[in-house]
Amino acid sequence: MNFRIPLFAALVALAPGLASAKNVRLLNVSYDPTREFYVEFNKAFATHWKAKTGDTVTVQQSHGGSSKQARSVIDGLGADVVTLALSADIDAIAERTGRIPADWQTRLPAASTPYTSTIVFLVRKGNPLGIKDWDDLVKPGVSVITANPKTSGAARWSYLAAWAYAKHRYGSDDAARDFVTTLYKRVPVLDSGARGSTITFTQRGIGDVFLSWENEAFLALKERGEGEFEIVVPSLSVLAQPPVALVEANAKRKGNLEVAQAYLDYLYSPDGQRLAARHYYRPQHPEHADAADAARFPELERVTVDEEFGGWANAQATHFADGGVFDQIYGGK
Amino acid sequence: MAAPATRIRSVPAPTPTRPALSDPRWLRGLLLTLTLGFIALFLLLPLAVVFGEAFAAGVGAYFASFADPDAIAAIKLTFTAAAIAVPLNVVFGVATAWAVTKFEFRGKSLLITFIDLPFAISPVIAGLIYVLMFGLHGWIGPWLDAHDIQIIFAVPGIVLATIFVTVPFVARELIPLMQAQGTDEELAALTLGASGWQIFRRVTLPNIRWGLLYGVILCNARAMGEFGAVSVVSGHIRGMTNTMPLHVEILYNEYNLQAAFAVASLLTLLALLSLFLKSLVEWRHARSSRAH
Amino acid sequence: MSTAAPVIATRRIIPGFGLTLGFALAYLGLVVLLPLSATFIRSADLSAAEWWAAVSSPRVVASYRLTFGVSLLAALANVVFGVIAAWVLVRYRFPGRRLVDALVDLPFALPTAVAGIALTALYAPNGWLGAPLAKIGPEGIKVAYTALGVWVALTFIGLPFVIRTVQPVLEELEPELEEAAASLGATRLQTLWRVVLPALRPSILTGFALAFARAVGEYGSVVFIAGNMPMKTEITPLLIVTKLEQYDYAGATALAVAMLVVSFALLLLINVLQLWSRRQGQ
Repeated sequence: MNFRIPLFAALVALAPGLASAKNVRLLNVSYDPTREFYVEFNKAFATHWKAKTGDTVTVQQSHGGSSKQARSVIDGLGADVVTLALSADIDAIAERTGRIPADWQTRLPAASTPYTSTIVFLVRKGNPLGIKDWDDLVKPGVSVITANPKTSGAARWSYLAAWAYAKHRYGSDDAARDFVTTLYKRVPVLDSGARGSTITFTQRGIGDVFLSWENEAFLALKERGEGEFEIVVPSLSVLAQPPVALVEANAKRKGNLEVAQAYLDYLYSPDGQRLAARHYYRPQHPEHADAADAARFPELERVTVDEEFGGWANAQATHFADGGVFDQIYGGK
Repeated sequence: MAAPATRIRSVPAPTPTRPALSDPRWLRGLLLTLTLGFIALFLLLPLAVVFGEAFAAGVGAYFASFADPDAIAAIKLTFTAAAIAVPLNVVFGVATAWAVTKFEFRGKSLLITFIDLPFAISPVIAGLIYVLMFGLHGWIGPWLDAHDIQIIFAVPGIVLATIFVTVPFVARELIPLMQAQGTDEELAALTLGASGWQIFRRVTLPNIRWGLLYGVILCNARAMGEFGAVSVVSGHIRGMTNTMPLHVEILYNEYNLQAAFAVASLLTLLALLSLFLKSLVEWRHARSSRAH
Repeated sequence: MSTAAPVIATRRIIPGFGLTLGFALAYLGLVVLLPLSATFIRSADLSAAEWWAAVSSPRVVASYRLTFGVSLLAALANVVFGVIAAWVLVRYRFPGRRLVDALVDLPFALPTAVAGIALTALYAPNGWLGAPLAKIGPEGIKVAYTALGVWVALTFIGLPFVIRTVQPVLEELEPELEEAAASLGATRLQTLWRVVLPALRPSILTGFALAFARAVGEYGSVVFIAGNMPMKTEITPLLIVTKLEQYDYAGATALAVAMLVVSFALLLLINVLQLWSRRQGQ
């Protein structure tokens, strides 16, 4: 155990002054694209908490597809907080375990979403196919990358964005259904999580357009150099609201209630908002973001799931449940 | 049969020099080319890719991949899981082989088929069954939860899943070996007044030591490399419940292909080490059986 | 195996019967059988009709077709190349033979996730092999993210089995048979086809069944390279995971039970084949 000696030395050094200081471990179960954001946010929160209470908090992270993560919490993964891709997944935890209160979404400001995002298109350098809007995606010969909407949060937002666009443009749900059906005919690979499809598009060179979280698209530009990809902003997209919630029963049992609540509150603090913007999430309070970060977000019309689909529970049941519209599109049961 | 290489082979037959036994030159050439081509395509190229990608960013970046505390934690967890699973499966394998080969009893064939079962079952199902047992909505999950015991999404679950997928290996290695050796020596020891433990220690163990070692090597290789089953029960908490194969997947999903392949190359080296030890055991065994 | 045991009338003379069998049964029961029974009991939450609907929906049937079809093709490829490779390794002497012989077990020792990312990197359209293959023909040959990619992964996984079951039989094959055939005027090819191959048949079948059984359950290496398209490149184990992620535990266990039954049947078949091959050998 190579950490024993430094730890011991640290304890000896700190013992007289901070006799009451505790070591706290917090588990944040999150979805795929937040990895980079929470690495930085966790450090900031640890500093903040240390200054405030003298306790040392170590935030452990678990990442994966949003539904897979929710499934783990349902099966007993001891998350103190969950920060997932969409409210339906947190609803599922609340409903199946009772460890999150049913009215969780009203417990934090802005429907428990400290930051929002949207779905944009990532295309290859120079946009060789001249993709400008959703209509260009269903043209023959275009290859579109997205993940499986049944398991990936981003893919569900993308699906609903496409549906909303077609409904606005062509006026009916039937037309929207035809549009989405054609769109999925253009998809050659259906990864189970958003990160999987990012890798497929960026590293494996498959597809002409990638329906991506806005923050994933920016991250891809940053990681792979600006020269390889371009972001195309469609005329209309969806207001993606990845929510956060306290898993009350777990946190209470571990004696983490106070620190876990503070952790979520800190997401709304100027510091948290600034970091969210830095990692390409649109903060609820843009005034706290660095000006350069805030300027990166393009203007576009973002419709909400509540207005267009009557809320997530409804959208989930109609489109993504077994036998729902997505299954019908794919000729499943 | 569990393992692909369950039999310790004797020394290969000498090259046939008799003309009736040698293939025409064109046939030799064709078959040799096909074999080497197949091996190169399916075995050497994937190996080359792993090391090629691992060193793509240079030697410094390669070693830096292992300095990450999460990588170190994953390596430790992998070794811990193997260190628990392998000895348990060794005890199980020896006990089972003893029972199956030294005694006659009803349902023996069924028992052997059940031992093989984990080998034929999809690793995903192996993970699923532990979720159904220990998950919050599983059989004993609520009781465990009430007593604050974590099995899945913690180290015990990973160890259990590892044990499950590696159950057959030692037993499957020992059963044919001990069957072939029969019970004469044990019976002789018994008439000389040896106790059961003495018989095992002094008579059986020396006879089966190479086969046992061989089974341990295979069992260990599988234990360290298991992915599907562990993935279902892990919970993917960084620095806590990620094994090396899971860490490879995480790095792969983090735009960190080079580090993913670096950790993968460590696993590959462990696999190659297993193969080397296995060949060594075969060779030693062949020598010792010739000496008899 | 038990049937070939040279144990005669030593019934319970040697000590340790109760201890070893008791431990073996308790361990197997706790670690393997009890958890397995959980699947069967959980799937009993469904009525027979619901269970049938869960395991026979078009998407599930498409995944069976892919899983079993491609596993079959991969096992067949392994039969062809496995027999050739076993022959070459046993009968020919060439530099590096021992190295090749040792490497054959690599797919068994290599973690499946590593195999998955390595094969995907190799066969993706921008990979070492994928790039040249994509230039062949007007459409290009696509391997990664197609059923062909699944076949490559499953062939890799099943590679050791036929070689390792055929090799020992070949080593013990009496050369007199081949000499007799030659002296009766058979050409070398006729001898191989009519004399050698029939003697190998039981071991080839066993190797085939092992490779097939292993391929059917494979997950780690396939998910990276398959593309996972419903109805097209989605394997059954992945569908189990997908169902779990939709909180459909009953559906997942129903599929698991269906696969378990198939695995068990395959194992029984393998044991019967081995029995048969031993009889042939005697």
